[in-house]
Amino acid sequence: MAGILVYALHDDEGDFNKNSLGAISEAARLAGELGSEAAALVVGEVADDAAAALGAYGAKRVFRAKSVPEGLAQPIVDAMAKVIADQGFSYALFGGGLLGFEIGAGLTARMNAGVTMEVTAVKVADGRLVAERPVLQDSAIVDVGYVGEPGIIIGRLNAFDTDEPGAGRAEVVDVEVELSEWSSRARMRTRGEQRGADVNIEDADILVGGGRGLGEKDNFKLAEELAEALGGAVAATRAVVDAGWYPYAAQIGQTGKTVAPKLYLAAGISGAIQHKVGMQSSESILAVNKDPNAPIFEFCDLGVVGDLHKILPKLTEAVKAKKGG
Amino acid sequence: MKICCLVKEVPDAAVQKRLDPQTKRLDRSGEKNLNPFDTHGIEAAMQIREGGRADVDEIVAVTMGPESAVRALHKAVALGADRSLHLSDAALEGSDVCATGYSLAKVLESEQPDLVLLGQQSDDGECYTIGAVVADHLKMPSLTQVIKIEVEDGTLVCERQAEYGYDTVEVDLPAVISVGDAINEPRYPSLKAIMGAKKKPLDTKATGEVGIDSGEVGEAGSKTQVLEINPPPEKESGEVFEDEDTAETVAKIVAWLDERKLI
Ligand SMILES: Cc1cc2nc3c(=O)[nH]c(=O)nc-3n(C[C@H](O)[C@H](O)[C@H](O)COP(=O)(O)OP(=O)(O)OC[C@H]3O[C@@H](n4cnc5c(N)ncnc54)[C@H](O)[C@@H]3O)c2cc1C
Ligand SMILES: Cc1cc2nc3c(=O)[nH]c(=O)nc-3n(C[C@H](O)[C@H](O)[C@H](O)COP(=O)(O)OP(=O)(O)OC[C@H]3O[C@@H](n4cnc5c(N)ncnc54)[C@H](O)[C@@H]3O)c2cc1C
Repeated sequence: MAGILVYALHDDEGDFNKNSLGAISEAARLAGELGSEAAALVVGEVADDAAAALGAYGAKRVFRAKSVPEGLAQPIVDAMAKVIADQGFSYALFGGGLLGFEIGAGLTARMNAGVTMEVTAVKVADGRLVAERPVLQDSAIVDVGYVGEPGIIIGRLNAFDTDEPGAGRAEVVDVEVELSEWSSRARMRTRGEQRGADVNIEDADILVGGGRGLGEKDNFKLAEELAEALGGAVAATRAVVDAGWYPYAAQIGQTGKTVAPKLYLAAGISGAIQHKVGMQSSESILAVNKDPNAPIFEFCDLGVVGDLHKILPKLTEAVKAKKGG
Repeated sequence: MKICCLVKEVPDAAVQKRLDPQTKRLDRSGEKNLNPFDTHGIEAAMQIREGGRADVDEIVAVTMGPESAVRALHKAVALGADRSLHLSDAALEGSDVCATGYSLAKVLESEQPDLVLLGQQSDDGECYTIGAVVADHLKMPSLTQVIKIEVEDGTLVCERQAEYGYDTVEVDLPAVISVGDAINEPRYPSLKAIMGAKKKPLDTKATGEVGIDSGEVGEAGSKTQVLEINPPPEKESGEVFEDEDTAETVAKIVAWLDERKLI
């Protein structure tokens, strides 16, 4: 039947993740081409209405495993594996993020199935899905096909566009899932803790992004002073957020925010894929990095190979002078 | 407690990586090195040993790869592992994630570890998935991208960033944990450790010796198939210049900003 099952992630408020909605839209489009069904799986106490509303993105049925907790991968592997086996789905599709990588990987082992990750597009060839996966810092794109079923597709962040919600409602099907013994041996203590101040970066037209190249926490003031002169805000990479240099609310990328300001000025940022996916739609990208081989130079509009400690303070002065004059 | 650290040999960071259009696999002919992300796994093991919250009897470095991969094992031992285990067999060539995870789980089964540590990603394949694949085969709980591990009465308390912020998760041992690169600052090996690394025990195993079904591994046993390799879409590349005279550099940036009405 070649059906596609999408895992729809939700937060503690019950709101579905935008990347999951994108994955459902993509699954519905592909299922249309394959002449099969797109369905979704949700876990936890998702209300009837909320589950059925996934039909607006193209899910025909929504499988709901109420007793399975949200947030950790392995119990969800149990649920996905059961629904795929019982219902005969041929593909599992995940939107970009983190949990989808872990669930997809667990399913690979459980179902002895092929997996592709960081997928940016999926196409149909001879009645089967083929995943396009950029590799080696996006220097090539490989088309990957699957041997046997199911095939597991883990999308890159923002790879799949979310359709405008339609009028469709999905049939909600409750499923009983018996958890594997080892699935219960990891327990969530706290989920989604917001570390650091609640800064707003989404509304800024200009963002100065700071990375590990700033060298230490205190040097974020270089980025802040430049952002102030330009009339913008400061953003950050996971590396510096993990290090406690800057608030999580300012993080751009795969497990942070997606932004598209008029200007993104990357200071001491290497340009890893997981950062790039959150800022590549910026209108103009300017990079300052001392390593000429840094990946950021592959996708910036203007790149300066040099020491940010020398360049940033002078640039701040020059911007102020220009604005004042 | 026995800790196994998974380590992988990858092309050195200085090598321009490319796919071989004939085999559709990575060209591994150049200089090679220990996957830098794996040094964080070994360091995490060392810190658990030195932290005193758990008795670590042994740290074992484990790899799957061709003969040359012993050099990655030597590096791992120089960084603190007590001995190493090398799964090497022509039958494994061309294994995808599904086959690699299965094979690594089999070789780990022969060691019965209490904890498996590995890097957040390999520098070449960048699949981010091996940890969770191995864990499911071993029937162990697991977590990836972990940036803090505390041992509390035989349970690990781990922190990591996921879609909505930081999660704190209790994970019972035995477990498989992939660590993020922010978890620690790996130490430099001492000269003595580097010199001594080749003398530490190193076991080599073939697939049959650890119960791997050779039909499930290698290119033939893999569940994914590379059909085609294409160049990325053409993109107008930006201008990149070197900062020689900072006053000039800054003037150039300001002019560029001005042109785009960003000032
Ligand atoms: C599952 C997953 C999710 C992730 N999610 C995110 C995410 O949401 N956001 C994110 O950002 N990352 C994310 N990452 C991490 C990502 O892969 C990179 O590790 C991270 O983006 C690197 O941050 P960085 O550029 O600050 O640090 P580095 O990669 O260490 O780069 C620092 C750069 O600074 C330059 N530099 C050093 N000194 C100077 C100087 N004096 N002057 C100029 N330049 C200098 C260096 O040349 C280097 O290029 C994720 C990774 C994984 C595996
Ligand atoms: C460019 C490229 C793209 C690829 N894309 C895919 C794909 O889409 N799907 C697919 O199924 N396969 C893919 N492969 C094959 C895959 O990379 C290999 O099967 C590989 O052995 C496992 O993936 P990884 O190293 O990328 O794993 P990751 O999950 O990124 O590695 C995480 C950690 O696992 C450990 N580890 C990984 N491999 C070994 C090993 N051999 N020995 C010991 N420890 C190890 C290391 O500690 C490493 O830090 C790709 C390979 C390349 C070169």
